[in-house]
Amino acid sequence: MFEEDSENEVEDEDEEEEEEEDDFVDMGMDAEASGTHPKHDEEDFPFQVLTADEIVKHMVDCIKEVNTVVQIPATITRILLTHFKWDKEKLMECYFTEDQDKLFSDAHVVSPFRKSFTPAAAAQAASSSEIMCEICFLMIPPTELTGLECGHRFCWQCWREYLTTKIIDEGMGQTISCAAHGCDILVDDQTVMYLVTDPKVKLKYQQLITNSFVECNRLLRWCPRPDCGHVVKAQYYDCKPVKCKCTHIFCFACGENWHDPALCRLLRRWIKKCDDDSETSNWIAANTKECPKCHATIEKDGGCNHMVCKRCKLDFCWVCLGDWEPHGSSWYNCNRFDEEGAKKARDAQEKSRHALQRYLFYCNRYMNHMQSLKFENKLYASVRVKMEEMQHHNMSWIEVQFLKKAVDVLCQCRQTLMYTYVFAFYLHRNNQSIIFEENQKDLENATEQLSEYLERDITSDMLVDIKQKVQDKYRYCESRRKVLLDHVHEGYEKELWEYQDGN
Amino acid sequence: MASMEKRLQKELQALQRDPPVGVKVDTDKLTSNLSEWTVNLTGAPGTLYEGENFVLHFKFGSRYPFDSPQVIFGGANIPVHPHVYSNGHICLSILTEDWSPALSVQSVCLSIVSMLSSCKEKKRPPDNAIYVKTCSKNPKKTRWWYHDDQV
Repeated sequence: MFEEDSENEVEDEDEEEEEEEDDFVDMGMDAEASGTHPKHDEEDFPFQVLTADEIVKHMVDCIKEVNTVVQIPATITRILLTHFKWDKEKLMECYFTEDQDKLFSDAHVVSPFRKSFTPAAAAQAASSSEIMCEICFLMIPPTELTGLECGHRFCWQCWREYLTTKIIDEGMGQTISCAAHGCDILVDDQTVMYLVTDPKVKLKYQQLITNSFVECNRLLRWCPRPDCGHVVKAQYYDCKPVKCKCTHIFCFACGENWHDPALCRLLRRWIKKCDDDSETSNWIAANTKECPKCHATIEKDGGCNHMVCKRCKLDFCWVCLGDWEPHGSSWYNCNRFDEEGAKKARDAQEKSRHALQRYLFYCNRYMNHMQSLKFENKLYASVRVKMEEMQHHNMSWIEVQFLKKAVDVLCQCRQTLMYTYVFAFYLHRNNQSIIFEENQKDLENATEQLSEYLERDITSDMLVDIKQKVQDKYRYCESRRKVLLDHVHEGYEKELWEYQDGN
Repeated sequence: MASMEKRLQKELQALQRDPPVGVKVDTDKLTSNLSEWTVNLTGAPGTLYEGENFVLHFKFGSRYPFDSPQVIFGGANIPVHPHVYSNGHICLSILTEDWSPALSVQSVCLSIVSMLSSCKEKKRPPDNAIYVKTCSKNPKKTRWWYHDDQV
């Protein structure tokens, strides 16, 4: 058994390398289209974990890089980059091939090459007398009015209030526009930092623009663990596990917990299905019937099968959903199962009942593994106690490490098993899916056995015996987990999986 | 005096000195700190609302004009218009997401008069019944979906 596996491993690794080279080649194309399915955990996926400060530096570097080619003010570069979701290549391409005026106006900035109407000129023109600020309606000397290149000018105090409201109350960063009604010219970051004086507001603004930078950048992702604040930076976008500095492991493509073997898109659908109340309507479909005539939803609350619809007064039989009239001769004992219309109604009923049962089947098993995983910390704690106990029974520290390793493997297996149910729920039955189910069954069985060993009291008299058993079992689990995942990955690469839609 | 009061004082002076056609502030109903106003509107001649009188209620928060005012129709006659609900709530983008501190009571009133003037058929919004039953008292809490700039 083990022999075979290790052979497969060597073969697989060769394939993986080829696959990876392929990935690099078509990186420029849409990565999503080229298939972002989960790939082997062990495969090399280069990424870095950055702190908030490093992200700011990265942002500044991006702007500088563009500015060496495109010689415009850094503030405008930043707005253009945001407009292009921080895709430098796309920005450069549009900048040099398309209409620049249109580019600037689409990005809501005034072109730096059109200096015909500058605020300075406007100020000079009116320098003689005081001007009314259109926000506070006070007369202000022109030198105390300020504004963007669009020419709308307000007093400093009003600008400060306006920006503070937008930043603090509305949580806006790079999307704040000029305060004038109907003006869509965006306020650049330098102007904000210059006009706003409160350090709290400045900090919040900085956070907002950093956040939008990370969020619209395909190669960056916030660690989803609450209050973590680190960002993972990858070299290319793919469905791969990444480990943050805070130890949280998640999928780089979708940010969920690492969900091999399920696809991101199916996992998203599954989570939505579990969260929303669509299952309520499934319950209704499975436990009620519709009046065959007016389709009112009816739940039977008495014993009599002779139903009279309260809405349309139709008399029908609850059992066969056919007209009640022919039932007259054989009262309550419906024998009209072959009637065409009734059959159709019953089929529809069957179908939704079946769909609900099927969902509950997968959901149950998924939830069960999730629940068991939640006890992970408890298990680590109890195993730690056992490890200490064993050290009192003449075993060395190194000799008892197998227990911790066993819990590691157990958790990995549970996590994989949990997501195999998501994968299986959307899977269309074929020969490969039968093999998959066999693998799943085998892994699940072994995992449960391992779990039982670990929860069982390990007594001192048979320590060596237990150690051997636990080690054998977790090695077996590890190998079965690998076999299962390799099979699914191979299926993705060879397109062997067919999906059920409409679930 | 708070900046909100100062500015409202100025707006009031300007509106009384030089009122636009069909817009009149009801000075009897002003609150002492100017945080609530009542404005009488008259439907413009040559429109479906010619000669009709309407009442607009304004409520200003302390962050005005940085925060938009709450504006609803009140009184006995609520205009029948595709953007006005029967409880007086108005679906108008400048009252929420397109609000700018450079707008004023006057510009809001003029926008509403012009919204009424361009109407071609007097009718309530299609979702009036459900909205009126379920909405918050404050129209600013509604997530408006502006889909029609025609009327």
